[in-house]
Amino acid sequence: MPPRLRGHPLADLHFGDDQPTEAEQAAIDAIVPQANAASIVETERIVRGGRSRRHGLRHLLLPVLHSLQHEIGWISPGGLNGAAERLGVPPAEAYGVATFYELLRTADPGHRDDVVHVCVDPACALAGNNELRTTLDADGARVHDSPCLGQCERAPALFVQGVGRPDRVPADDNEEFQLPQAGDPGLRVLRRVGVVDPTSLESYREHGGYEALATAIEMGPDAVIAVISDSGLSGRGGAAFPTGIKWRAVADEPGADKHVVANCDESEPGTFKDRILCEQDPFAVIESMTIAGLATGASHGWIYIRGEYPRATARLESAIAQARASGLLGDDVAGSGQRFDIELRRGAGAYICGEETALFNSIEGFRGEPRNKPPFPTTHGLFSQPTAVNNPETLINALDIVIDGPDTYRSLGTERSPGTRLFCLSGRIGVPGLYEVPFGTPLGDLLDLAGGPVGSLAAVLLGGAAGVFVGPDSLDMPLTLEDTREASATLGSGVVTVFDDTVDMEAVVVRIAEFFRDESCGQCVPCRVGTQRQHEVLVELQGSDKPLTKQRSELIDDMALAMVDASICGLGHTAASAVRSALSLGLIGNSQ
Amino acid sequence: MIFLWGSNAREAHPIFFHHVLKGIDNGARMYCVDPRYTSSAQFSDVWVGIDVGTDIALANGIGREIIHAGLANQDFIAHSTQGFEAYAASVEPFTPEAVAAICGIPAEVVVEMAHAYATADKAQILWTLGITEHHNAVDNVLSLCNLALLTGHVGRWGSGLVPLRGQNNVQGGGDMGAIPNKFPGFASVDDPDHRARFEAAYGRELNPVPGLHLTLMFEAMEQGDLRALYVIGENPADSEADALHARAQLESLDILVVQDILMTRTAEMADVVLPASVAWAESEGTVTSSERRVQRVRPAVSPPGQARHDIDILCDMAEAMGDELGPRDPKAAWDELRSLSAMHGGMAWERLEAAGGLQWPCPDEDHPGSAFLHGWLWADDLEGRDPAPFSVLEHEGPTEELSEKFPLRLTTGRALDSYNTGVQSGQYDSPIRFAGLDMNTHDAAGLGIADGDRVRVCSPRGSVEMNARVVSSLPRGLAFTTLHHPELIDVNVLTNPEWDPKSGTAEFKAAAVRVELVVAPETAGASVG
Amino acid sequence: MSGAITETAVTIRVDGQEVAVPEGATILDACDAAGVETPTICYGPTLTPVNVCRLCVVELDGSRALVPSCSRPAEEGMVVHTDSERVRHSRKMVLEFLTTGVDVSQADELGQWAEHYGADPSRYVPGGETMDEPVRVQDNLYIRDYDKCVLCYRCVEACGDDAQHTYAISVAGRGFGARISAEFDVTLPESACVYCGNCVAVCPTNALQFKTEFDLRQADDWRPEDQTVTQTVCSYCGVGCNLELHVQDNQIVKCTSPDDHDVTSGNLCIKGRFGWNYV
Repeated sequence: MPPRLRGHPLADLHFGDDQPTEAEQAAIDAIVPQANAASIVETERIVRGGRSRRHGLRHLLLPVLHSLQHEIGWISPGGLNGAAERLGVPPAEAYGVATFYELLRTADPGHRDDVVHVCVDPACALAGNNELRTTLDADGARVHDSPCLGQCERAPALFVQGVGRPDRVPADDNEEFQLPQAGDPGLRVLRRVGVVDPTSLESYREHGGYEALATAIEMGPDAVIAVISDSGLSGRGGAAFPTGIKWRAVADEPGADKHVVANCDESEPGTFKDRILCEQDPFAVIESMTIAGLATGASHGWIYIRGEYPRATARLESAIAQARASGLLGDDVAGSGQRFDIELRRGAGAYICGEETALFNSIEGFRGEPRNKPPFPTTHGLFSQPTAVNNPETLINALDIVIDGPDTYRSLGTERSPGTRLFCLSGRIGVPGLYEVPFGTPLGDLLDLAGGPVGSLAAVLLGGAAGVFVGPDSLDMPLTLEDTREASATLGSGVVTVFDDTVDMEAVVVRIAEFFRDESCGQCVPCRVGTQRQHEVLVELQGSDKPLTKQRSELIDDMALAMVDASICGLGHTAASAVRSALSLGLIGNSQ
Repeated sequence: MIFLWGSNAREAHPIFFHHVLKGIDNGARMYCVDPRYTSSAQFSDVWVGIDVGTDIALANGIGREIIHAGLANQDFIAHSTQGFEAYAASVEPFTPEAVAAICGIPAEVVVEMAHAYATADKAQILWTLGITEHHNAVDNVLSLCNLALLTGHVGRWGSGLVPLRGQNNVQGGGDMGAIPNKFPGFASVDDPDHRARFEAAYGRELNPVPGLHLTLMFEAMEQGDLRALYVIGENPADSEADALHARAQLESLDILVVQDILMTRTAEMADVVLPASVAWAESEGTVTSSERRVQRVRPAVSPPGQARHDIDILCDMAEAMGDELGPRDPKAAWDELRSLSAMHGGMAWERLEAAGGLQWPCPDEDHPGSAFLHGWLWADDLEGRDPAPFSVLEHEGPTEELSEKFPLRLTTGRALDSYNTGVQSGQYDSPIRFAGLDMNTHDAAGLGIADGDRVRVCSPRGSVEMNARVVSSLPRGLAFTTLHHPELIDVNVLTNPEWDPKSGTAEFKAAAVRVELVVAPETAGASVG
Repeated sequence: MSGAITETAVTIRVDGQEVAVPEGATILDACDAAGVETPTICYGPTLTPVNVCRLCVVELDGSRALVPSCSRPAEEGMVVHTDSERVRHSRKMVLEFLTTGVDVSQADELGQWAEHYGADPSRYVPGGETMDEPVRVQDNLYIRDYDKCVLCYRCVEACGDDAQHTYAISVAGRGFGARISAEFDVTLPESACVYCGNCVAVCPTNALQFKTEFDLRQADDWRPEDQTVTQTVCSYCGVGCNLELHVQDNQIVKCTSPDDHDVTSGNLCIKGRFGWNYV
């Protein structure tokens, strides 16, 4: 082990006496070799360091913490010191980052066993997660309750966080992937899913892969952005921001230190579409990011993916490596003369990191706290540089638009919501899974496509925890941005969770409130305290056999309005929407 | 670009270092030249750990490289300086390789620093006692001035030479004439014209012979020429190098009068102690900071017991000697100063009231004060002054060479939470205080010394026991201690009294010592509370 | 932020009143210029706005949500409402949220604003979560009473980027469980803390207190009304930091520095902040 650099009396960058074990040191070295440390001891008389060097390494903090967690099952004081010292990050800040994430532990678990995460969110609750948990407990597994694991179509979900061996999802091992709509000629985004070999660039090419990139290079950046704008493509993450405007704004910023970020951190309870896209069509994610990079003049690409998605991660990493080896990423992308390459970062269990500015902070090695906007990511994004953030569904849509032009895209959907949309169906539904239908398809038709509701339909949660409940009278509602908005509902990220009249809706709503309480980053007061107090009110209601009082109802509304109006980010803005819709539909609050 | 040279400002001047940090955050590169890898050095892009006392060799080497690389500012040199040719010839032997051999650093880094400094738009050289507590202190300073003259990094906003003053009013003391050869405003005692001005104002004849500075006073005591000493707010019994010798001299005096706020070791030796008020918290007045900023001090509490304001004590002393010093009023004293010192002329008492004070020169009441000096170097006519001279300087190294008997270099300095001999700072309960010897890992291991062990440090002048702390922030062969805890560790028993004839400063930074293990760690305390 | 301010003026409307402010000024600056008082907690004149408390929110025409006035730059033609129903509601709720679960008994300004906006912390579910932290007395210089902490981040900013660059503390944990903490909650003497006390200086709720103040309060002898504050210059190194000595019964009880002082911007080091015992 190299000698520790202890200054006198180290007023700053002060590390306690705890040192990393050999195993921990190896875990650190694997991510940041000594030769790349924040301070290089060149000779006993020369040390090279400085704040710029430290800042240049900070984005490796989360990968190093992952590495330590994976190696011994927690972030020990010695491991934290070692990581912090290597990167020149103050240990208090490294601790602040480590304690931010669900998948990182900062207390000694007392064992080195794998941790089995069991989902406690609605779809899995309906599918018997309690029974699963009891079985696992009986088997002596180290069980940990988890928010949605993004496997709602095969609930109840498990994710095994490996200690000393790879993370895994047991369902991946015994599953032959089958898309419910397999063979449907109407599929666009899902066309290759379940058809192409996701581990093979060759197979991807055989299914039309990289034709769009070639076309895009021929068209040039301006024309690419023009067709994207003309198509009316909008973001599929929930905010539905026009993609063409976003790309144009980034393209208009000077310099090449710009970024394209694929936001694969879907964590909205009920969402699993990005997982399936990344697992089954990873090259499409890479190719579409590359097009975005060339169109916007960004040379840096980043994929930020949920830490709970080991197979998607592996397939994306493999796809990146193959693309790089084939000259489709790197200093000269496919002969375009432009540089674009992609780094992958794993999240570590934080819903909030799906918020784009929180995601930037997470990549940069800070706590995943959202930033105030403006300034917007298109001018001050990742590393405060211009950044286009899109999720995989949005990106993959761009491929066909580049090849076929905007009109083909617009031939489906409605005038204001053109194209198709992915929906994640789960809960009391005949065939749970990922579906693609044109915008404008009525909710009832979508449910029928998925085999119809099971039992007597009581409510559908649209958009996940951040969405709203609608009742059976909304089955005619066309699924478009404009129609849902008019109905005070939302498509959000395409979550459709179905509940029948046997479900304890109070328990569902309390869990949603608990989810927001747990996932609030804690930065702004309205959300940090609001989500806590909202949960308390609902727990009180759940434990009472009386209807909601007027005072409590007012309090819920008052808190909701403050969270919507005064929170920093979308988490706070939406933390009360499902709760309030459940109240107004009478799903809860009227117990006798 | 910032050269932090012989200064641990992070600890010795913490709020000044905040301003350095702002520069670093805004993209400034910092090179830290210091034998120790200090907490300041941690913030630098490159720490260069030269051997103690080899500063002139390094500065000359950097100068040579700047000249050889064609990076010298020829226009500035031609217009604003003199003596360049002689300087250039004098630095010629200081090749990067020669400097590397003298300073113990790689040759490439000498070249790198030269280029970084010379090519920067703006560059500052900051230094403190690492430059000045040497037997050739003034030459050290001049060697840095040469670099500024070579590149024109002086007399401009953002570029300059910044000596950081160690005491809250050491600048003000000098400005007010509390140095042996100057009147207020740096008028010379031995200049008849200057003297005449003061004689006219004071209405009496003034002694034309410059006085003695502190180091010379001790020599005069030793020779029996100086028999009475009146010490105001100074603790030479602890703070002088070779303290045993200094104490013997103080003991030998016919009379020692000490005016102080606390019973220092010096006060304990005194025949008469005059208890004074705390100048900055119990009295009215001004102090002048490192950047020539004059600010008001004000009484927040009333002095305890018989403690009296310095101005009252001094006026009483004068009266007792049959003279009269003027009104006992700080504002009146200040106005008298303004009338005699042109650079203070515009600093009306009322203007000083505002937060922030004023920086001299401030000749009239409409003048905003001066953020930096030496702008004249850039004036077409040099404002009528002579061009600034380069200095030809020889490398000498510490006077006390290492030997078989005393193989380690001991250097001294400050720690964040303490101050000088600890008279003031020793009174509060710092949780981060450490009193002891810092040693290099390898040196300690070679001597069988572990962290926390009790050790005896011996120099040719005496020996002192203290606790050892093993660190890797010191290169091999160098040990470090502070001078803050004389009651526990009488460091100046060890330090070298060789002093610079030009400044009177002793070579606190370089003594030759030997370190011996005393007892096992379990009986040694690790720190003081 | 003030460094960015130039001479170019920007005109905005605050509650119907036109105000001109320099470019780079915030809406809060414009409110100040218009004489409109704005409640703040996390904002500090010497700190980069982190806009987390959301107490200073205002309604901005054209913006869906309310905006934090402390960090939002004023732009030509903005129309801002500081006393609309929505603004009053959010401010009231933020104050209610802060006064449930946190001991704000020594946050005088907060209490006044809570009264002003009619905050009613009693209407929440009894027995709700609170900060529930013991007072941390780990040395004789200052104490940390996180029952009083509103997570305004000011101490973190002062310890880190905005002044001291020591980063001894950070926000740890998440959501309502977030706390200001050193790594693994080690004691301050074990942490990187250098006891500059710049965190104490910026704390708006007295969660961070001089030990002298804490002891006097314990003895029920803390009497701000009997205290004087005198500005003078620190007695230690030559930097010339201005000190404000807070004196009760002819004893210094705490020490601050003026925020508007060029040299300190309100910051001090351990010696200036705490090294006055000998007086």
